[in-house]
Amino acid sequence: MGLFILRRVGIMILTALCLTFVVFFMTNLYPNLEKLAKTQGNFRMSDEAVASWLEKGGYLQSTPKKYLEWVGLAPSYQHQAEDGTVTGRCITPGMKPEDAPRFCGILQGYWGYSSVFKDEVSSIIATRLSLTGILMFWVMLVMVPSALILGVLAGMKEGSATDRTLSTVAITTTATPEYVSGVLFIAIFSSSAVGLKWFKGTATSAMESPNLENFLLPVVTIALYGMGYIARMTRASMTEVMTAQYIRTARLKGVSFPNIVLKHALRNALIAPFTVIMLQFPWLLNGVVIVETLFNYKGFGWTLVQAAGNNDIELLLGVSVVSVLVVLITQLISDIGYVFLNPRIRIS
Amino acid sequence: MNKLSENDGPVLEIDKLSISFFTRLREIPAVMDFSVSVQPGEAVGLVGESGCGKSTVALGVMQDLGKNGRIVGGSIKFKGRDLAEMSAEELRDIRGNEIAMIYQEPMASLNPAMKIGRQLMEVPMIHEGVSEKLAYDRALEVVTDVRLPDPERMLNSYPHQLSGGQQQRIVIAMALMSKPSLLILDEPTTALDVTVEAAVVELVRDLGKKYGTSMLFISHNLGLILETCDRLCVMYSGEAVERGSIADVFDEMQHPYTQALFRSIPLPGADKNAHPLVAIPGNFPLPHERPEGCNFGPRCDYFEPGRCDQGQIDMADVAGNDRHATRCLRYQEIDWNAPITVGAQTEKTEPGDVVLKIDNLKKYYEVAANALFGGGTKKVVKANETLSFEARESETLAIVGESGCGKSTFAKVLMGLETATEGEILLDGQNIEQTAIEDRNTRTVSDVQMVFQNPFDTLNPSMTVGRQIIRALEIFDIGDSDQDRKQRMLELLDLVKLPRAFADRMPRQLSGGQKQRVGIARAFSGGARIVVADEPVSALDVSVQAAVTDLLMEIQRTEKTTLLFISHDLSIVRYLSDRVMVMYLGHVVELGDTDQVFSPPYHPYTEALLSAVPIADTSIEKEHIVLEGDIPSAMNPPSGCPFQTRCRWKGEVPGGLCDSEVPPTRTLEAGHQIKCHLSDEVLQRMQPVIKIAAE
Amino acid sequence: MDPLSWTGKIAFLDPILFIALGLLGLSVLVWIVLSAVLPENRAINVAGGSASLSSGPRELTALAVKAAFLATTAVIAAYLVLGVIMGTGAGIIGAIAQQFISVWIALVLLFTLSITFKRRLGLYGKLFDSPIGMIGFALVMFWVFTGFFGAMDMIITHDPLTQLSGLKNKVPGTPLRSPEEGDFHWYLLGGDNLARDVFSRMVKGAWEVVKIAPLATLFAFMVGITLGLPAGYFGGKLDTFLSFLANLILAFPVILLFYLLVTPEIVLTGLPQYMAIVLFAFPLIFFYVLINSRFRTQPKKNFLWLAIVLLPLLILYLMVINDPGSKVDILPVVLDWIDIPGGILVVFVSVVFVNSPTVFRIVRGLALDIRTRDYVAAAQTRGERPWYIMLWEVLPNARGPLIVDFCLRIGYTTILLGTLGFFGLGLPPESPDWGSTINEGRKLLSIYLHPALPPAFALLSMVLGLNLLADGLREESLKD
Repeated sequence: MGLFILRRVGIMILTALCLTFVVFFMTNLYPNLEKLAKTQGNFRMSDEAVASWLEKGGYLQSTPKKYLEWVGLAPSYQHQAEDGTVTGRCITPGMKPEDAPRFCGILQGYWGYSSVFKDEVSSIIATRLSLTGILMFWVMLVMVPSALILGVLAGMKEGSATDRTLSTVAITTTATPEYVSGVLFIAIFSSSAVGLKWFKGTATSAMESPNLENFLLPVVTIALYGMGYIARMTRASMTEVMTAQYIRTARLKGVSFPNIVLKHALRNALIAPFTVIMLQFPWLLNGVVIVETLFNYKGFGWTLVQAAGNNDIELLLGVSVVSVLVVLITQLISDIGYVFLNPRIRIS
Repeated sequence: MNKLSENDGPVLEIDKLSISFFTRLREIPAVMDFSVSVQPGEAVGLVGESGCGKSTVALGVMQDLGKNGRIVGGSIKFKGRDLAEMSAEELRDIRGNEIAMIYQEPMASLNPAMKIGRQLMEVPMIHEGVSEKLAYDRALEVVTDVRLPDPERMLNSYPHQLSGGQQQRIVIAMALMSKPSLLILDEPTTALDVTVEAAVVELVRDLGKKYGTSMLFISHNLGLILETCDRLCVMYSGEAVERGSIADVFDEMQHPYTQALFRSIPLPGADKNAHPLVAIPGNFPLPHERPEGCNFGPRCDYFEPGRCDQGQIDMADVAGNDRHATRCLRYQEIDWNAPITVGAQTEKTEPGDVVLKIDNLKKYYEVAANALFGGGTKKVVKANETLSFEARESETLAIVGESGCGKSTFAKVLMGLETATEGEILLDGQNIEQTAIEDRNTRTVSDVQMVFQNPFDTLNPSMTVGRQIIRALEIFDIGDSDQDRKQRMLELLDLVKLPRAFADRMPRQLSGGQKQRVGIARAFSGGARIVVADEPVSALDVSVQAAVTDLLMEIQRTEKTTLLFISHDLSIVRYLSDRVMVMYLGHVVELGDTDQVFSPPYHPYTEALLSAVPIADTSIEKEHIVLEGDIPSAMNPPSGCPFQTRCRWKGEVPGGLCDSEVPPTRTLEAGHQIKCHLSDEVLQRMQPVIKIAAE
Repeated sequence: MDPLSWTGKIAFLDPILFIALGLLGLSVLVWIVLSAVLPENRAINVAGGSASLSSGPRELTALAVKAAFLATTAVIAAYLVLGVIMGTGAGIIGAIAQQFISVWIALVLLFTLSITFKRRLGLYGKLFDSPIGMIGFALVMFWVFTGFFGAMDMIITHDPLTQLSGLKNKVPGTPLRSPEEGDFHWYLLGGDNLARDVFSRMVKGAWEVVKIAPLATLFAFMVGITLGLPAGYFGGKLDTFLSFLANLILAFPVILLFYLLVTPEIVLTGLPQYMAIVLFAFPLIFFYVLINSRFRTQPKKNFLWLAIVLLPLLILYLMVINDPGSKVDILPVVLDWIDIPGGILVVFVSVVFVNSPTVFRIVRGLALDIRTRDYVAAAQTRGERPWYIMLWEVLPNARGPLIVDFCLRIGYTTILLGTLGFFGLGLPPESPDWGSTINEGRKLLSIYLHPALPPAFALLSMVLGLNLLADGLREESLKD
């Protein structure tokens, strides 16, 4: 088991390195850098000015070198201006060049400086991530239990009235992406055109004090889309288990129907959806970005949009590192959980 | 929960039961007018081919027919009470408590995510409301009863940690947990190896006696029924056709189907040349295409038009016998003792030159010791150890062994799907053991072909039959044009006695036997000289088996093919092979002419195997040899002789030689080889396992 | 001109519709409650007459649900038929129904033909045995026909880009202020915040989806199949490597990838074109291997088929990847007939790129399963080469799950395209695609609902249709 986790962690680090390099490569393509220079300097910069601005920032080195600097495995770039002042990534304003550390990258805990928010990337990500964390917590709390209950109820008796109805509900929610359901919810529950005005159409105030009025719509919007999918998976897995020979054995042993479901079917039926829930995370991030934009909730997803829209390289890299790590960690949990839930694999 | 009060009558009484399944289009009758009764302590066999409705009867008794199944007529009385009139609660009290069921697939019928102890303890806890402690003690006791080693560890493990034989014992233990009055066994041993099957059958028989349980034993194997039951009921196409005591039905059968069934199974004495099997002509009717009158009519030798194809035919009691009934209008007119009109007898063909020579062949695999977590140590699995034999033209060499004996690996190496680790395979004097199939020339590939076991898997489901044969012809470079190949394909269909119209059919439109024929046609499409038949008939119904076997024999005779017949069924091996090779855990333990192998001296394993095979003949007396335990895993073979863990002769070999050394191959008489430490005099002492009782 | 009301002269149908809907809801509720309460019946004793399964209260309620559903459908059909006949006389509904007349004709033709010949049409024909599948198929084909006819300017009432004065944010049914000769006199679904016709934009938006989603999904399948088959069939190092790559892409948050890939700057670098060179090559490889493995033993036929199939494909391939003035400019302009705008190409490529790893995983799993079958072993023992076995023995037998997934994946791609539009990525700002329209509409959502809702419902119904279609196909393919 230990060896297994070790191998998984190894693969995870390799994946993270590959992915961040891809992000690094794409953000550092020359047209992107040019755009960065122009947004930072001014929009009418000549090509030479752009080049010298980039030169000064160390952007014109080879991509692998820059990547290593960013990771913290290569000494970081320093630029000596004609007047002798030395600037560089590691030299924060007010620091003498001699005192600055040679390495400053992710490994050293330095995530860079956001050009849009004019703040340390690490602190931006920390605050934004915690906001999204709250959102996700509620989403999971709503989505997972309701999806599982829905799926189990539907799959318990295939073809029954409950099954048909719940399956229809599940299919409809999977067919409704967040930007559609979100718009519908706002239209129905918060617009003056319909006039219900039960909830708020924006979640900005939820950043300080989340309550039912300002937080329910965003949470439900994300949860609904994922819920249908998980519920359908659970249903499929449940119907399969319910037709298994060992369920018949249990039935013919005289076990009552509720006990068959709870004691015999449930654990076997939950193996597949568990993996699905964990692998849902990359998609959930999608929903987070859409919903945070739609409801103006300034969390992690909103930051991603801002960083990407403005080619804020360091922030974008930070965001990618975090999102990739989140995805990979959930995958690891899913693998371990799978092994844990499934005794056939655990003891072999 | 208390059991139902005892009554004097039969434990189970099924009267004129009819069960139908309802689909969107039509009602499909699965069982019609079926009656049988089981007396206390009696074991009743239910025998028939697949699709005859025998499992439906069992599920009907359990009142578990699913969404679409309904009892549409008749009654099932258990201890005098009609099961159909019971409420769901009453029924639940009976299931598992009074009637228990054992199924075909032990692995599938145990919950994979629940410890075995829990699954066993559940039964008394539900039905008798006993405490966990008591239930555990009961479980321990029953697990000991089913002769499983280390019961406490067993209770604490998950189903997948046990071997197939052990799992089936657990399923039996589960059924016996609350000492039911009726035990229904639905093909309980089909998924098991022969020697394991023998042990399980013996266990069931003994426990039935010990607990006084009545049994309903469902099987397609007449031999097995003979060994376990007191009475039997033969089913055909949803109906009971004959019912009576074992002795009556086996020796004084009164229904043409029963007779035909017996004539199509290879009993000792059958011989492919002198006494060929008689296959039942035609096919099993589909449930919605049953003929008027007698269902068996169209395939019956005694069919009388105008009489057998009209109206309903009822069961009629046979006078003079105990509760012996038959569903035949003409049973009194037929001369049941008339000698079999022997099929075309053929000359024994003389084997020709040596075509294939295997010398010291070894095949080892390296596998990771731990499949999931990978890495770590590698283990060597010795799938084939020093195989040496020769096969001649138009000779049938049977390779006999149970799962894990290495017969399939050998087939792979011979076909070129794997390359040998050591040793030689000589085809016409040329080495092919290291040539993978991609590197073999077309001639070599088409010379060595294979017929597969599972008819439902052997044909590509999305290609027409004709296309599949033509593709083989293309690959083997036969025929110059598409027209040519098409012609050749039609001739091949003729060869395997299929109508030419089948060329445009999809495999799903064919029956199992027909698919197997297409498989044979495909194998012979390139004029194969060596055909490896991997259990070609074991998945087929008894009546179809005979026809397919005969077809193989016939083609072999005309084409002078060398047939390597892989099988675990010694009856059929004795029937058709010229020479036999017995394998165990990768070793050839015995090799010789059919007569040499089937008569003493035996290798101890061959002896046990012979004893394990059920024979459907009341005049046969078998010596009773039951092997302990299961077949060891090839991943972890025992030291010394591979068979030493289960050998009953081990004590006769001095000095623990069996534990330490692999025995050498010895030649006893002309061509009879045996791999055993037993001394010649011990071997001479061996008695024949199968004796035909003096009339 | 007066503004149009919703139902005009056919308003008498409204109460009937409400009653039908109410009955439907009620009967479903009763059905659920009954089936949960009543025990299952096990036996039927036929006293006389034929036995069937339809008896008892449970079956009766099921029948009631069916009846209520049929009634609702009938009322809706009545709306449409009357609308087609009466046009604007039947209000907005009638006018819209009349605008869609070409689509109705096409749908009716398609369904009549398909149902007549359904026994000869294989799996497609079987679809018409499943009500769910039929509803799904009808929804999908409705939007497909709308897309096609809309692209031919048949359904729309106004140009989707023209802004008419005085119609900014006007409610559905508002008449034009000063209609010219031949103009349609109303904005059927109102005007958006730039005073464009919402109805026409919704219809045009269908074409944006129909032209990209199925094709992109098809390419994703080509890539996934070409890589997934060998990974599953051979296993070993190749599988480890390819699976790692697939997982790599799967671990990448889709939205981040789009933000990185679908930008004008990236288009400038030529990266999408390089990706297109790689991704679009897969169909070529696929067909080459497909034909070559089949006719390996007959060289003459082999060459013929290869030439017939591959040459046009190759020319098409070159024309598609070539774009004068960009980094990939190999064909002379005279020969480059197909010109895909950079924005569309990058969207296309990214969608293919995101979808292929999932397809890869499915195909790999199926190949792993099917390769253990005896017919694969039979092919091996007669000396077939691996690619023949993969493409002609394994793939056809994996088609069931793949077709189902294909439908689901088109739906998913539609959602993805909407997401792109929603974030304004890739497509031009005035583009009428549903995602962009929803995004524009949402800004004024608290006051004006009508600009955002039609595209939202359009997208919802199309994806729902695809999901239902997939469900119907799955059910029918399992029945074999």
